[in-house]
Amino acid sequence: MKKNIIFFLIFLGGLITFPFVFENPFPRHLVIMILLYATMGIGWNIIGGYTGQISFGNAAFFGVGAYTTAILLTNHGISPWLGMLAGCGFSILLAAVVGYPCFRLRGHYFAIATIAVGEIVGVAFTNWDYVGASVGIYLPILDESLMNFEFHTTKLPYYYIILGMFLFALTVCYAVEKSRLGYYFRAIKDDPDAARSLGINVQRYKMYAFSLSAVLTSICGTFYAQYVLYIHPSSTMDLMMSIHMCIIVLIGGLGQLFGPVVGAIVFVPLTELTRVYLGSAGQGIDLIIYSLLVILMAILRPQGIWGLFSRGSK
Amino acid sequence: MEGDLIQTLVSGLLIGFVYALIAVGLTMIFGVMDIVNFAHGEYLMIAMYLAYWFFVLFALDPLQSLPVVTILLFGLGIITYYVFIKPIIRAPMLTQIFVTFGLLIFWRGVAQFLWTVDYRMIPQAILSGNINIFGVYVGVPQIVAAVGAILCNGLILWFLKGTRLGMALEAVAEDKEAARLMGINSDRMFALAWGIGIATVGIAGALLASFYYVFPEVGSNFCLTAFVVVALGGFGSVVGAFIAGIIVGIVEVLSGFLIDPSLKLLFVWSLYLAVVFMRPQGLMGRK
Amino acid sequence: MSALLVMENVTKKYGGLLANNNLSFAVNQGEIIGLIGPNGAGKTTLFNCIACFCNVDSGRILFNGTDITNKPPEIICRMGIGRTFQIVRIFKEMTVLENIMIGAFLRHARRKDAERKAIEAAEIFGFTERLGLKASSLTISEQKFLEVARVFATGAKLLLLDEIMAGLNIQEVRESVELVLKLRQMGITLILVEHVMEGVMPIADRVVVLDYGEKIAEGSPAEVIKDEKVIQAYFGQKYYAKRREYTT
Repeated sequence: MKKNIIFFLIFLGGLITFPFVFENPFPRHLVIMILLYATMGIGWNIIGGYTGQISFGNAAFFGVGAYTTAILLTNHGISPWLGMLAGCGFSILLAAVVGYPCFRLRGHYFAIATIAVGEIVGVAFTNWDYVGASVGIYLPILDESLMNFEFHTTKLPYYYIILGMFLFALTVCYAVEKSRLGYYFRAIKDDPDAARSLGINVQRYKMYAFSLSAVLTSICGTFYAQYVLYIHPSSTMDLMMSIHMCIIVLIGGLGQLFGPVVGAIVFVPLTELTRVYLGSAGQGIDLIIYSLLVILMAILRPQGIWGLFSRGSK
Repeated sequence: MEGDLIQTLVSGLLIGFVYALIAVGLTMIFGVMDIVNFAHGEYLMIAMYLAYWFFVLFALDPLQSLPVVTILLFGLGIITYYVFIKPIIRAPMLTQIFVTFGLLIFWRGVAQFLWTVDYRMIPQAILSGNINIFGVYVGVPQIVAAVGAILCNGLILWFLKGTRLGMALEAVAEDKEAARLMGINSDRMFALAWGIGIATVGIAGALLASFYYVFPEVGSNFCLTAFVVVALGGFGSVVGAFIAGIIVGIVEVLSGFLIDPSLKLLFVWSLYLAVVFMRPQGLMGRK
Repeated sequence: MSALLVMENVTKKYGGLLANNNLSFAVNQGEIIGLIGPNGAGKTTLFNCIACFCNVDSGRILFNGTDITNKPPEIICRMGIGRTFQIVRIFKEMTVLENIMIGAFLRHARRKDAERKAIEAAEIFGFTERLGLKASSLTISEQKFLEVARVFATGAKLLLLDEIMAGLNIQEVRESVELVLKLRQMGITLILVEHVMEGVMPIADRVVVLDYGEKIAEGSPAEVIKDEKVIQAYFGQKYYAKRREYTT
């Protein structure tokens, strides 16, 4: 246990000091992306990894977070931080509307239903003029400030904001894992009927998991909107994005606290590097690698890459 | 206006037959071994690419290369079973979802790597152009595809109900233990189901390549629609898949025609949700 | 002594099959009830009806005077009825302690409290040395005990135990018997579905016999063994006829 805390502190220290060692924008961007995907992965892990409900539609929450912020800022001049809160609210609402009927479905039916919902949201936004349809929204360029959540001369503040979000997500997940929520989630994953016989309202707890997942994914959407300052349906609500979230957790470690972290550390650099050096053919290679890892992990070790390390230290 | 409506219905019917063909393989695999092949659409994509390359390299029309493509995909299905599926036949559902999901990503990656994301198309099929039936204009390749799909579905139905091997397959789908007690080797039946399931998609791919764009994501579009068809028809029912394919094809074009072409998918997916909420066993499925 | 659980004309159909046909009986606080009958008599179905894993077609079930018919299973548990499953359903991926904690969490929201309660329960059931073991690594009889420990931790006042002695050797059966008696001493009422007669008959206060979905006998174990209908149900007409031949 002591060893784990030390490793974590070293890891944290590394993250905090990283931008001062690497001052170029590209490495900073890379780590920002890693932290962003890790946070989304933690969100997916709560519903998919701990509770065992495979969602192929979490990108919808990302999109809701991004679009809510963008619209509130662009059309009404509302601060992105408030927009973030509003995005969380809408995402929870979406989670409730989707979860309530869908959680009665079992296994594949549910997974396919999440694809259905994700696609429906995507198609709806692509054809909705109020949100810019397929063109999307260009966020207004404002003066650099924390209040405005926009920085133009350096990535440094973005880095620490996403680091903060990541640590927030990690803390939430840790707290869940150690609480009744986490235990109940795992019971639901293991045997939902047995869980009901022990007094667990499975529907309600699935909703809790889904809502947490929605919130953590939504804040990432808000961050992305403010980071890139341009959003459109295919960059924020795509099926592939949902699939990426799954991949990260599957290869990193399903239901493990640090699974998504490890997964993101593997996934993001690989994707970026193959894209930069190999073009679109490179895109194929990283997919091949991920897929084989996913299949391997599924067959051999659902604890993922993280599981390999944590077993070693026991 | 009425002519347009009929035009729409006809094209929906035609594509519906092809959806049915794609869905048949999916529903058969599920019926026999309770696995949803999330990678089903990728095999369609592979078949389409094969048909395309046979055309480019050997000047073979898709209809001519169809037998070869079918056999190749049959083999691919069998290989897929023995390499990826057999190890997880008894694994929990989550594992099975992840493995077929991994296969989806794998084939997508292979296609992107080998052939890039560019759209390709076979410029002129052997049977092409439009014909006029009772005032309705239909593309010849579409009719060929539909006819091919109907024939193929019919063949499969005959195989399952009329041949000993086919009935053995149905027996395994119905009750694995009982089938085993009667001497049916379920392992070989599973492999056969995969072989046939993927082969049907091979036929569909060769037929579609005559008039459809070929690109790495093409499989997922059709696969997602196939899920809807399978759910509507009932997981495991071949006849259900056939009927549901037609319904979904018509719903898709009708919603595009009556409401908005870009919202077609929205209605197809809403149909899926409606089916699983209201009648999870579909039209003809078992529970 | 007022009845803890009352079944009133409970009927459950599966398609055309009458799994439970017009069943009525009462269970009093502190009793050990044996629920026996040939295979397919409807015993597990009855448990499923009481614990509300399936819906009753007609009739009522009362617990402490409250109508609990067709309520959601999680509500039933919260009201104080716990059950085990014929095919054991422990949480395979969790440790022994975690399994019991899931039960304890029902009445103890905080993890420290639930953990404490789980450790207490584990001690009663003899799991103190094995708390860190993964549940799937236990033997079948250990898993069955774990299932009971887990549902005990929910604070249930009435336990429905479904064939916990099935497949156990003599020593293990003896341990189950001691366990059931210990539970009764702690104030818990128990209904046992059993085929292992040497386990259930000695400890049951009353026995209810089902056959083809109907109650064919009810009474003390001694009365029920001699009941003609019960003998017929278990051993068939031929044996019954032969036996009469010898005894008259």
